[in-house]
Amino acid sequence: MSARAAIPDPIQAGLARGWKVIDGATLAEDRTLAADVVIVGSGAGSGVTAEILALSGLSVIVVEEGGLHSSRDFRMREAEAYPALYQESAARRTRDKGITILQGRTVGGSTTVNWTSSFRTPPETLLFWQRRYGLADYTDGGLDPWFALMEARLRIGAWEAAPNENNDVLQRGAGKLGIPTGRIRRNVHGCWNLGYCGMGCPTNAKQSMLVTTIPAALEHGATLVTRARGERLLLRGDSVDALDCTLLDAGGIKPTGHRLRLRARHFVLAGGAINTPALLLRSKAPDPSAMLGKRTFLHPTLISAAFFPERVEGWAGAPQTVYSDHFLHTQAIDAALGYKLETPPLHPLLLATTMAGFGREHGALMRRFPQLQGMLALLRDGFHPASQGGSVALDGAGNAVLDYPLDATMRDGALRALLTMAEIQFAAGADAVRPAHELAPRYATWSAARQGIKDLMQQDGALHAVKFASAHVMGGCMMSGVAGAGVTGQDGRYHGLNNLSVHDGSLFPTSIGANPQLSIYAIVARLASGLAQALTGRPAARPQAA
Amino acid sequence: MHMETSRRSLLKTGVLGALVLAAGGGVYRFTHPPVPQGFVLDGAARAVLVAVVPALVDGMLPDEQGARSRAIAATVDGVNTAILGLPLALQKEVQDLFGLLALAPARRWLAGVPQDWNKADADEIGAWLQRWRRHRIGLLRDAYQALRDLVLGSWYGNPANWAAIGYPGPIAELA
Repeated sequence: MSARAAIPDPIQAGLARGWKVIDGATLAEDRTLAADVVIVGSGAGSGVTAEILALSGLSVIVVEEGGLHSSRDFRMREAEAYPALYQESAARRTRDKGITILQGRTVGGSTTVNWTSSFRTPPETLLFWQRRYGLADYTDGGLDPWFALMEARLRIGAWEAAPNENNDVLQRGAGKLGIPTGRIRRNVHGCWNLGYCGMGCPTNAKQSMLVTTIPAALEHGATLVTRARGERLLLRGDSVDALDCTLLDAGGIKPTGHRLRLRARHFVLAGGAINTPALLLRSKAPDPSAMLGKRTFLHPTLISAAFFPERVEGWAGAPQTVYSDHFLHTQAIDAALGYKLETPPLHPLLLATTMAGFGREHGALMRRFPQLQGMLALLRDGFHPASQGGSVALDGAGNAVLDYPLDATMRDGALRALLTMAEIQFAAGADAVRPAHELAPRYATWSAARQGIKDLMQQDGALHAVKFASAHVMGGCMMSGVAGAGVTGQDGRYHGLNNLSVHDGSLFPTSIGANPQLSIYAIVARLASGLAQALTGRPAARPQAA
Repeated sequence: MHMETSRRSLLKTGVLGALVLAAGGGVYRFTHPPVPQGFVLDGAARAVLVAVVPALVDGMLPDEQGARSRAIAATVDGVNTAILGLPLALQKEVQDLFGLLALAPARRWLAGVPQDWNKADADEIGAWLQRWRRHRIGLLRDAYQALRDLVLGSWYGNPANWAAIGYPGPIAELA
């Protein structure tokens, strides 16, 4: 028996026990289903909501556009994983193609493919929300029990193994320059330290929604529908009457021609910060604040590759274990954009497409793959007055398009971030550095990089030639505690419709300034508990620690 | 650079607009919204891909003619598979791109490749790709990026090409 066959697959076991799972691709006729609550999406916000509502005795339907893929399918191959598990095969882009967006499209959403980094919402972000957006409920103290609850539920804790070399470069280089770093907590249990989190965890160590809250909800009678895309909410007066879904074929691309109609007392949108606003726009939902789809944030991320004399093997080991928040604190939160430093895992397909150029020059970089190290700088957007983020709109066919103009705050932030990363990489012993930038050469010394990156970023079009990436989509249905000011209220209720809530990252009025999964888990745990109480008249059930 | 150039504004401008209009059939694809049907790798698209693969992965292909042809064919197949995994609207955009490149006037005047795709040499193709990479028209830069990402993605996603870059692949016990 191979090691793979010896790993229990909790999804296959649950299906064998009779979980109510409907693969929309297989429905041969139109269907209507009803429940107390319909939840659109199956990622961080959905999983937490589904578990709490189902434990509280409510009937729940979770509807997901992607397929149900589980550990036996996760073969750690990019060419299979990206089309199967990501929105637009991991090549979703902003309207002008300036930023590549990594977002999950599978049961578990982005939690199935994220890199397990777990940070509480930074206190300065919450303070900004309280002061600027009147979110009085969003205090450190108020959220603390919800963070503790979800940390216990998802086994979030310190990662005791040594960082891999890719992360150690960040720790070592920053240390030489006197820049403090910290260790990243992770939502894993029994992790094999393989490094393939982004292609779905093959050992079920990652405590994603796929193996935690969604199975718990299904055990408590919830229904999961896959390959069903929420097309539009059918509105009657100021209520949502039903959700109309397009069923997709087994490949997940083409409509089968059959439709699914879902009826419920209450609807929760949790399809992520691009798809949730888009569904509301397609539904022509009321938008009294005129902010629907606006203020969408991405943590636009700069990437710097470094060549080392010794092997780095950036594909091996827990992908993100070291970070630095130093440059988030070198100026006021609403001044020039701060940035968080982390590292990406390196795998051939994503590396090859992220680094610019082609032919022999590109091939020479790829031939040094084992000695390559990667670093990330995540710009904290949405705090500087000029940092308004992007806006979600619809194309002629009703598909979501995110327009995210690259502005002057980003030019300045990109310049500082690229310089910081190069300096750290050289300090750690790199023999060359190359930013992910269409016009950037390879720099052989820190002094060459310092001058070269400055000159580069002054060129016309240099900002648009940065190969920005984002794995953190936030905003578009911003909460506000100020009457009339937000798309949603502090309780996640949608303004203008009386039986609709938003429970995902689109609630955030700014970016988080840290990887957002734990912010979504904790905030949504509170919102879902409030919703369960409102719908049942009893205190909500609490998910148990794992 | 001007990233804002949309397909519509591009059509209104200068030589490319005239070219596409003159090309007759091509105009249909540029003025009609995408219809929900999938990408088809026709002979013309295959000819373009067979021509661009050696330029994009120059230095990585085997020297021996048979192995080289098989590696190119496998890469083209990988590109086809990748396109079929994209949303239909994107599949249509890619179909449009290959449709445009298949037109001799577009190949000659827009890409600057004088010979048929199956006769063009790698230097001509490389020079064209470098022009589009830095072109002032955003749509042409996007076209370069799309071709590049598809081909490099197919090449480096293929386990057959991992040994050359020193990548052992995922652990065999779980693969």
